[in-house]
Parts: sequence; C-alpha cells; structure tokens
Amino acid sequence: MFNNLSDRLNDTFDRLRGKGKLTEADITSAMRDIRMALLEADVNFKVVKDFVAKTRERCLNAEVMDSLTPAQNVVKIVLDELVELLGSTESKLVLSSRIPNVIMLVGLQGSGKTTAAVKLAYLLKKQGRSPLLAACDVYRPAAADQLETLGGEIGVPVFRGDGAHPVQIAQDAIREAVDRMRDVVIVDTAGRLQIDEQMMQEAVDIKRAVKPDQVLMVVDAMTGQDIVNVVSTFAERTDFDGVIISKLDGDARGGGALSVRAVTGKPIKFVSMGEKPDSLEVFSPDRMAKRILGMGDVVGIIEKAQEMADAESIEAAERMLRDGFTMNDMLDQMRQLKKMGGAKKLLGMLPGGQRMLSQMGGDFDESVFDKNEAMILSMTKAERLRPSSINGQRRARIARGSGTTPADVNQLLKQWGEMNKMMGRMKSMAQQAQAGKRGKKGKKGKRGRVGMPGMPGMGNLGQMMGGMGGNPFGAMGGSGNADMDMLRAMEQQMKRR
Amino acid sequence: MGLFDSLKAGLERSREAINEIFYFGGEVDESFWEELEDTLVMGDMGAEVALSVADELRDLAARKNLKTATQLRGALAERLATRFAAPARDPFRDTPSCVLFVGINGAGKTTTVGKIASAAHEAGKRVVIGSADTFRAAAIEQLDVWGQRAGVPVVKRDRGADPASVCYDVLDEADRVGADLVLIDTAGRLHTSPELMRELAKVVNVTRKRAEKMKAGPMAVYVVLVIDAATGQNGLAQAEEFNAALGLDGIILTKLDGTAKGGIALAVAQRLRLPIYRVGVGEHVEDLQEFDAHDFCRALVGE
Repeated sequence: MFNNLSDRLNDTFDRLRGKGKLTEADITSAMRDIRMALLEADVNFKVVKDFVAKTRERCLNAEVMDSLTPAQNVVKIVLDELVELLGSTESKLVLSSRIPNVIMLVGLQGSGKTTAAVKLAYLLKKQGRSPLLAACDVYRPAAADQLETLGGEIGVPVFRGDGAHPVQIAQDAIREAVDRMRDVVIVDTAGRLQIDEQMMQEAVDIKRAVKPDQVLMVVDAMTGQDIVNVVSTFAERTDFDGVIISKLDGDARGGGALSVRAVTGKPIKFVSMGEKPDSLEVFSPDRMAKRILGMGDVVGIIEKAQEMADAESIEAAERMLRDGFTMNDMLDQMRQLKKMGGAKKLLGMLPGGQRMLSQMGGDFDESVFDKNEAMILSMTKAERLRPSSINGQRRARIARGSGTTPADVNQLLKQWGEMNKMMGRMKSMAQQAQAGKRGKKGKKGKRGRVGMPGMPGMGNLGQMMGGMGGNPFGAMGGSGNADMDMLRAMEQQMKRR
Repeated sequence: MGLFDSLKAGLERSREAINEIFYFGGEVDESFWEELEDTLVMGDMGAEVALSVADELRDLAARKNLKTATQLRGALAERLATRFAAPARDPFRDTPSCVLFVGINGAGKTTTVGKIASAAHEAGKRVVIGSADTFRAAAIEQLDVWGQRAGVPVVKRDRGADPASVCYDVLDEADRVGADLVLIDTAGRLHTSPELMRELAKVVNVTRKRAEKMKAGPMAVYVVLVIDAATGQNGLAQAEEFNAALGLDGIILTKLDGTAKGGIALAVAQRLRLPIYRVGVGEHVEDLQEFDAHDFCRALVGE
C-alpha cells in the first residue's frame, strides 16, 4: 500500500510515461489518487470532493500538462492548495485588557481537554502570566482530582467547587481569580456529545455566565469523517474562536484539521504533541499539509532528534567534534535511535522513505543494532575509546564474547570508520557554519542562535544516517555524499523555520 | 430498549444518509453506485473496504438480478455482516476470565471497566477490578468511584507504581476471594510510542503468567482493545500495533451514541479478524451492549 501521495502519483505517472503529452484523462486519474490519499487521511468526504474539483482546475492548465515532471507539479499544486485552505494561525492567547482574561475549553469526551488546559496554563505561566484552572467537569468521576494533580505538578492553582453546578463553579473561579490576583482563568469543561441537547445548553450557559475572551475547541487528531457534524454543531452553539488539535504525537494524518477549517472557517491555533506539559505547539499549516499528504516530516524528525538531544548529548556532540567518534558514542546513538522508534520508523518519516522501504521489501532488519550493541559491550573500555587498537586477536575475543563472528566485528569496525570520517566532515562543516555566523552579526544574530541548538541534534542524525549508509542500506546506493546532501537540505529546512 | 433499537437511534443520522440513496424504489443507475461508495466512505470504514463492498454488491446485483434499491438494501446489510468475526467465547459471560483493557488515551477504557463491572456484579458474578493505570492523574480515583458504585473491590497502588506489579496484586486478590471475572484498566497510550508499548507487553505477560497459576486452575486472559467510534483511519494503525505488541482477543467500540458511524470497527474486524465484544451506545451501564453484526448492519443500512 502507498503511504505517500508523491509515491503514488509518481507511480501513476510512471505508467503514463512514454505516452508523450498528458491528457485530461491522465489528470483525472491523478485526481483519483489525491482523493484516495485525502480520504485515507480522514479528510471529510465532502471537503475532499470540493478540494479535488478545485485542484483539478488548476492542474488542467498547460504548465502541468506539458511539464516533464508532472507528478512533482501536481504535488506542489495540491500542497499549495492545502496550505492555503489550512490558513494561517494567530495563536495569541490573551486578548483583552480585562482582568482576569477567561479562556474556555470545549470538546467531546476523551478529546484531551483537561490535558490541553494544563498545557495552556503552563504556556501562560512561562509567558509570565498567573493562570488559574477551573474544574468545571462535575460528571466524570475524579476529573477535578486529575486537574488538581496536574495543576500541582506545574505549580498552577486549581479552583474546584465540589458539588456545585458547573456554571456556578466557573463564576466562583473568576471571583477567586480576582481575590488571588490571578490574571487568566482557564475553564476546563466536561466532555459532551454535540447531540446531547442538555449538555450543549450547559456549555452555552457557562459561556454566557463568564463571557470568555476565547473559547477553544479541542479536537482529537484521530477523529474520522464524523468530525464535520461535531464541529459544525459546536461552532453553531458555542461559537468557538479556535481549535487545538490533540494527540498529534501519534501517526494519525490529522485530515480532520482540514475539515474543521473548511466547514467552520475557524483557525487552528495549537497542536498538542505529547503527555508533557510543554508539548503544546503553535500550528503550522505547511507541516500539517505535508502530514496530511504523508509527505515526510523532515522538521518533525529534526525536532524528535532534538527532543532526545538533551543537554547531555549536546555535550557529547561537542566532545565528539573535539575528540573524535568513539564506540561509546556509537552505542549511545544506536540506543537513541531505538528510543525514537527504530530506523524503519525514522526512514518512513523521510520524504521518499516509504518508497525506499517498499523497494527494500517493505522491511528493514533492526536486529543488526542488537548485534552491534552486543559487540560493543564485549569490548574493553580502552578498545571502545580507541577502536583502531583492535587487532585480529582482540577481534576474535570480541566475536566470542558477543556470540558473533570476526567478520561481524570487521563490519562494525568498518562502519565505525565511515562514521568517524563523516565526523571529520561534520567538524569542518560546523566550523564553516560558525565562521559564517560570526560574519553576519546584528539583527541576524538572533536567527543564528535559533539555528545553533539544532546543530548537535542534526549531528546525531547525520551519524545515524551515516551508520545506516554503511551496512544495511548498502542496497540504496546512498554513500556519504547523499547523506551530506540530505543534511544540507535539513539544515535549510531548519533555517527557513 | 434492545440493541437494535438503541443502535438504530444512535445510527439515525447515518441511516438518513443511506436512505437518501435507497429512497427511490425503482431501478438503480450509475449514480446510485457512486453515491453508495461515497456514503460508505463517510461511515469511516475506509475507502478500501467501501470500494470492495460496493464492488461485491454490484457483482451480486448482476448475478442475482437485483434491480431495485430495496432488494439491494437487504443484500448490503448481509454483505456487511459477513465481514465481522463471531466471538468464540464471551469473556464477560463465559467466566472465569481475566480481561485487560488497552487503547489510546481518551478511548473510554476506565468508563468501560466501570460499566462492565457493574453489569457483571448485577448478574451475580464475583468481580475484582484492578487499576494498572498508574500514570494518568486521578485515573485510580476515577476507577475507585466506579468500584464503589458497582460495589466491587478495586485493587490499586499509588500513582507511579509499576503497572505489571499491580496486575500481580490484582490476581492475588482474585485468587483470595475466588473471583470469576477480573477486569484490569491500563494507562492510555499512543501505539506509536515503542517504550510504552513494551511496558504494556510486560503487563500482559506478567498477567498471563500469574493467571496460569490460579488456585482454581488457569484463568483465561483476554486483551481487549477499546476504540472510540469517532476514530478515523488511524484506528487501523492502532489496532495493528496493539495486536502486534500484545496479541489482541477482541474489540470494544465506545461512544456510538454520537453521530459517528463506527465504520472503523468494520475495517478493524475485517483486517484482524477480531470479534467485537461490546458496543457503547450511551452513558448508562445498560448502554454497553453485546454486539450483534446483523443488528449493527441492519441499523446501519436501515430497515
């Protein structure tokens, strides 16, 4: 099965190659692919229909039809249209000079309102505000306890009015905020079905009573076709101002985001990417569009790598640049790669990666990492620091100790050699980058700083790629140079952000 | 209210959609087929399944000379129903059994455990609930409330404890009281987190090993995926990952009382050949009902 629209389109156009000029029928067949890709991404059916009709018009102009690379052109048009439809975002949270500001959260059961409330509170706190969380979910058992615990963890007070009506709790919370000098109140409400008239009325009542500056709807990224029914009713009744897409740390394409935009016209403000309080991010239409089309999220990979690259590994990267690459570093990186979900997953996230995977028979043997780990663990400390000291006798011993063959050890050492060489190249690249940045000071200095923390993360990634290039990816024909190109492309991506 | 009626009420909206197509009783034309595909896709069963169902129906129509929309409606319900696997055993009725509830965050695991405990207790079973969700804030308290409501003991540890060891405790307690039905709630997790999936695999393994050594003889362990009816195509990825990591025995479909059609259940049931043990069609304990493929499909297609 194709996961990626560009792979799918490439395939379609591959079949048409040699036919000369593309015809209208060919475009129609490409549109079928786009339709399928969007449906698989859970974009609502009606939205898909309109979208495809519109895109088809644009694709029918001569530019695409005469082009040598129609697939790329079609993808570009689709992507542009998607980004446009997803719109820009305005994620400013606090709107009026009224104290306290009120933000109200609504949504279905289990969409992630309580978690989102805590994340918002954390974000506001970091911005120097002093938020108060109001626990207005009186239906789900222990919902207020959950909010109180999470609020305690991030140091934000929680107002709970056990036994009272939600409207009352919300009003009391605002009074409490005034008394305790809190400047933003985040009202967490109970989950409700859009067809539950009584509960919807309650949401309207809460809104009327506390007059929130912003009502935000929390939508699960995994929601299917029904999303249009849900958001249109919520929009009609509560007239929310924006949307938070939750659970985007999974692998759902999140086509629902597109439907929300198309049906209600409300902006998507934030995306929620994990369990930790700091995992609320500003929505980016470009990344969302690529995700919906399954087009590899390079920025996502870099961020994921960065997430792993805590202060400790930044230090390690710097040490590597200084002292060279040891077996300990290789071990660390293999373990990190495993933590990130394995090489297969990572490869799948790269543009064209899915295609590469399917060419390799759809599978990628991860056991080689376990083998490598066993071999490194069978080395002495000195050997790990200076792998070049490993002679034939030592090789035989390591092979015995790890249950492998001397040939395996050779393979590992060869891989290390390649990575070490790569490290040398990274070193000169880093020096160049450093020099370049020193060159343009002033206003651009800030931008430089944004780019810098990315370097160690990218360094790790580069070596991972290099490591793969050595052994199991030999079939891909990707040598060190291709890796370097990829790194450069990634660096550009980072800078554009 | 029987299953059929409540499902029908819940599925009213989707029925309307399909009824629009089936409305004219005359002979069908090409646009009928196109609209049929569209409607099936809108039910979240996925484009792949929808197209194959429509193709099958088209074949059948040609072979059996079905020409009117009414005839086709009956045939469609039949076709859809054959795609569900029937459960060999119902773990909640054919006790003793130990059931682990797994799924992504917010699917409705804790609520489902609470409802099943109430119903089973009502039916005279000796039930023990275990709270292996030691991660989410107040998950243990939430389950505790359900336990009190049902009058069923809840075995728990503090937040942050090792979930696998909680399961061991739960089965110890079940052994002590001679329980028929053990229900264990686990922490919600995204299937894309390998670390959390490994943790869950350990929980399942520990439970399976301990359940073999029950005093009253080995207890059957079931791993049940709880899935929200509003879930889109990602439901397939969820089910596949959970199945690969844990070996699933069945599915519970929750929140079917909204306007979502729960078509993802069809996609999952077909892909993994898993039975659907229960469907949740409302807020109340009695709204968690046994699944009947024919009723579900009849209600979906409209009769």
